[in-house]
Amino acid sequence: MKVLTFNPELCTGARDCEATCAQTWFKVTDVAKSSIRITPTDQGFNAEFCIQCGKCLDVCPVDALYQDKKGIVRVKKNLCVGCMSCVGFCPYGVMHFDTEEVVPFKCIACGQCVETCPNGALKIIETEEASTDLWNGLVGW
Amino acid sequence: MNEAKAKLHVLSEFTYTPSTVERGYTGQTLYVNVGDGTIKGKPVTEDMKEKFIGGRGFDLWLLWQGINDSTKWNDPENEIVIASGPCGGTTQYPGSGKSIAVSISPLTHVPIDSNAGGHYGPYLKFSGWDAIEVQGKAEKDVFVYVDGPAGIVQIIEAPEDSPTDTHMLGHWLNDHFAASEKDKQQMSFVTAGIGSDHSYIGCLNFSLYDRKRHDLRYKQAGRGGIGTVFRDKKIKALIVKSFPVKGDSNHPADMERIAATGADMQHEVATFDPVQNRMRSRGTSYLVQIMNDYDLLPVHNYKFGAHPDTPKINGDIWEAQYTQNMPDGCWYGCTVACAHAVDAYEVRTGPYKGQRVIVDGPEYETIAGCGSNCGIFEPWALLEINFYCDTYGIDTISFGTGMAFVMECYEAGILDKEKTGGLDLHFGKAEETLEVMHQLARGEGFGKIFGMGIRQMKQYFVEHFDADPQFVQDIGMEAKGLEYSEYLTKESLAQQGGYGLTNKGPQHDEAWLIFMDQVNNQLPTFEDKAEALHYFPMWRTWFGLCGFCKLPWNDVVDPKNSLSAEPAKIPHHVQNYVEIYSGVTGKEVTTDDLIDMSERVYNLQRVMNIRLGYGLRDHDAIPYRSAGPVTEEEYLSRQERYDDQIREWFDKDPETMTTQEKMALHREYREGRYEKLIDAVYKRRGWSPNGVPTVEKLQQLGIDYPDVVAIVKKYL
Repeated sequence: MKVLTFNPELCTGARDCEATCAQTWFKVTDVAKSSIRITPTDQGFNAEFCIQCGKCLDVCPVDALYQDKKGIVRVKKNLCVGCMSCVGFCPYGVMHFDTEEVVPFKCIACGQCVETCPNGALKIIETEEASTDLWNGLVGW
Repeated sequence: MNEAKAKLHVLSEFTYTPSTVERGYTGQTLYVNVGDGTIKGKPVTEDMKEKFIGGRGFDLWLLWQGINDSTKWNDPENEIVIASGPCGGTTQYPGSGKSIAVSISPLTHVPIDSNAGGHYGPYLKFSGWDAIEVQGKAEKDVFVYVDGPAGIVQIIEAPEDSPTDTHMLGHWLNDHFAASEKDKQQMSFVTAGIGSDHSYIGCLNFSLYDRKRHDLRYKQAGRGGIGTVFRDKKIKALIVKSFPVKGDSNHPADMERIAATGADMQHEVATFDPVQNRMRSRGTSYLVQIMNDYDLLPVHNYKFGAHPDTPKINGDIWEAQYTQNMPDGCWYGCTVACAHAVDAYEVRTGPYKGQRVIVDGPEYETIAGCGSNCGIFEPWALLEINFYCDTYGIDTISFGTGMAFVMECYEAGILDKEKTGGLDLHFGKAEETLEVMHQLARGEGFGKIFGMGIRQMKQYFVEHFDADPQFVQDIGMEAKGLEYSEYLTKESLAQQGGYGLTNKGPQHDEAWLIFMDQVNNQLPTFEDKAEALHYFPMWRTWFGLCGFCKLPWNDVVDPKNSLSAEPAKIPHHVQNYVEIYSGVTGKEVTTDDLIDMSERVYNLQRVMNIRLGYGLRDHDAIPYRSAGPVTEEEYLSRQERYDDQIREWFDKDPETMTTQEKMALHREYREGRYEKLIDAVYKRRGWSPNGVPTVEKLQQLGIDYPDVVAIVKKYL
C-alpha cells in the first residue's frame, strides 16, 4: 500500500510539511488543519501521520471510511455523520476533526508535503505493513 | 415515492415548512389527534425551554395541559408524548440520541416516563419537531407519518393485512415507505405488537436502521405500559422520515467545544472500556456476575441474591453469542456500543418458529428478570423470551418480575395446574414461561390474567384463588403498580428508597445507590441517604431532559476519578455534560444548574401524580420483600447475616429466639427505618410529611403556576 514515511535524522524542523498540508486541503495557514504533525524532542523532531492501518473502519457506524485500491484509508464525506468514533478510536491519534465541515480528516499520502520538505525527510513509498516504524526512519530509508 | 405507499389511504394531512434546528431546538412541537384527525404545530416558548428544557420535561408539560384531573390511561385525552431533547441528535458525544416517551400508565395510573435508543427522537427533531404529542383514539388501526423533507404529516389507515408485531411490521413499513436504501437510513419507526393489545405491560419499540447489518434493530421504551396505550389508541406505527443526519444537524452554538469534549470522551471509552466493564463486547450483561457475587442478583422472585448456575447466563456467555466488532451504538457516535445483538437466531416456539431473526440483546435487566429471577438459566430461553417480548411489544422487566411472582405463587400452592390451564410454573420452567407469553399475546388463558401485571394479579389471586392477601402483598414486587427492575435491595435502605420514593414506580433509572450505600458504606445516616436520594434522582432525571443516555456517565470512567472529591458523582463526566449542554444551547450553566433543571420537572411530575389522585406518602409504600425476608426459607438462606444483625442492631441473642420471632423483629425494625427514610427524604426534597411539594418549593423552582399551586394546596 501507499504510505508516507519520515526520517527524523533528516528533519530540521522547518515544518513546511504542516503548512503545505493545511494549505493544500483547507486553503489555510493554520497548521491545526494539517494531517502531519511535527513535534520537537530532545533528539530532534517527531512526525505523526496516518499509517493506513485501517483499524478505524470497524468503528464507523455508517461505512463512511474505506480503503481505496492503493490501500489508503479515505473518508466519504457525504456519508459521514461527524461522530468522531474514528477520531477517538484511532490508536495513533492521527485522525483529526474539522469542526467547520464537521468531518474527520487524515493523511491520504498525497505527497504534497514531500515536495516542499527542504531536507528530503519525507517520502511516499509502497509497503506491506502498516507500522509506526514509518515515523521513525525505519521503513523506506 | 414508493408506489406501495401511494396506494395507502390517507385519513388526514398537514403540510408544513420544517423549522431549522437552532441550538438544539426547532421551536415547534407536533400535535396529532388520531381520533378526530387534527394535526397542528405548537410553538415552543422561551419559558418552556427555560423551565422544562426538553425531552421528559417537554413531554410532561404537554401532557399536563392535555389531560384533566380525572383522565385515565384509556381515555381519549390521554396522550403519548415523545421527545429527545436539545442535545439529542448530537453525534460527537457517546449516548446522545435518546427518546423519552411519557403517558398515563395503565399500571400506575400516573405518568410513566420511559426512555429508548433508536433514531426516532432525533429524526423527529431533524424533521422540524421538538416533540410529538399524540392524543385521541382512532376507529381503525393507523400510522402517523412525518416526512420532514416533503413537509407533510399524515394519518394513514393501516391496511388490515399489515402486521402488528414489530419485527414483521418493520419490514412491511420499509417495503411500503422507503423507496431506496438511503430512505431506510433516514427513517425510524415506533411500534408495539399484539402483546400490547392484550396486556397492561406493553412496550414501545424504537427502530434504527443498522447500516452494517442492512436491517432494522429495535430499542425499547419498556416501562409502564406505554405500548398498551399506543395500541388502545389503535396506532400501529409512528413513522418519521428525516433529512440526512450530519455532524451539525443540531446546529449547536459551539461545535469546537462539543468536539473537544467528544474527542476526550471517545478516547476515554477506547482506552478504559477494554480493561473495565467491556461494554463494547458484553454490553450490560457484564453486570450479571457482579450482582451475583455481591448477593444482589434477583433469584427466585427476589428471595435470594445469588445462584450457583449464574455462570450459565453471565457476560462471558453473552459475549460469545453477540456478534462482535460491530459499532453497536443505538445512536451515531455511541462507542460505548452496549446495544448488542445475536444475529440469525432460529426461533423455536410460537408463530415465528423457524424464522431466523436478530435478537436485540439480551441486556442485563432481561437476563436477570427473565433468567435468574425465574430460575431460568438456559441462554436459548432468554433469547426466545427477549425476541418475543420485543416483537409482541411486551416489557421484559415487567414480564420477568411478573413471572417470578407467579412462580413463587405456584410453589406456595396459590396456583396449580388447574388454575394455570395445565401449565407447571415452578421456577425454572422455560417452555411453560414461553407458553404464558404466547397466551398473553393472544389474550387467552392464564396469559391473559398474567398480562394484567402484578398488582391486579394479586387482587385476582385473592378473589379467585383464596390467596393470603398479606403474603401476595409481601412477595409481589411492585410499587405504585409498576413491577420492580432487577436489583435486590434488602440490605440497602437507600436503594429501597431509590425504588420506593420515585415518581413513576420502582425503576433504577432514578437512583441506583446500592454500592454507595451497602458495599462502600458511604451513606451511614438518614441525612446522607436523603441527600443521595435528592441528588441522584435529580441528576439522572437530567439525562432525560436533554436526550442523553446515562451509561456513558458511569459505565466507563477514567481511573483518575477516584482521586476526585466526590467519586460517586464522577465530576469530570458531569463537567462534560455542562460542556455539551452549553455547547449545544449556547447557555452557560454550572453543575448545580443541571440539578435545578431537573428539580422543576421532577416536582411537576410529583404534582401531576397528586392531581390524578396518587403521589402521596401512602403511594410510596414498598412490598416487604424489598426490605427484608418474608419467608423462613429466605431467612434461613442468609441466617448468619440476619442473626449477626440481631446481635448488632438489637443487642439480643438470636440463639434464644425462634425463626419467626427473629423475622418479626427484623420486620418491625426494617419497616420502621423505611418510614424514617421517607421523613428525611421528603424534608430534603422540600415536600410535606405527606409527600406534597410545598408552595414555597414550587415558588423557588419557578413553577408556581396557579393550577399547579391549586393542586398542592388541597393537601397542605
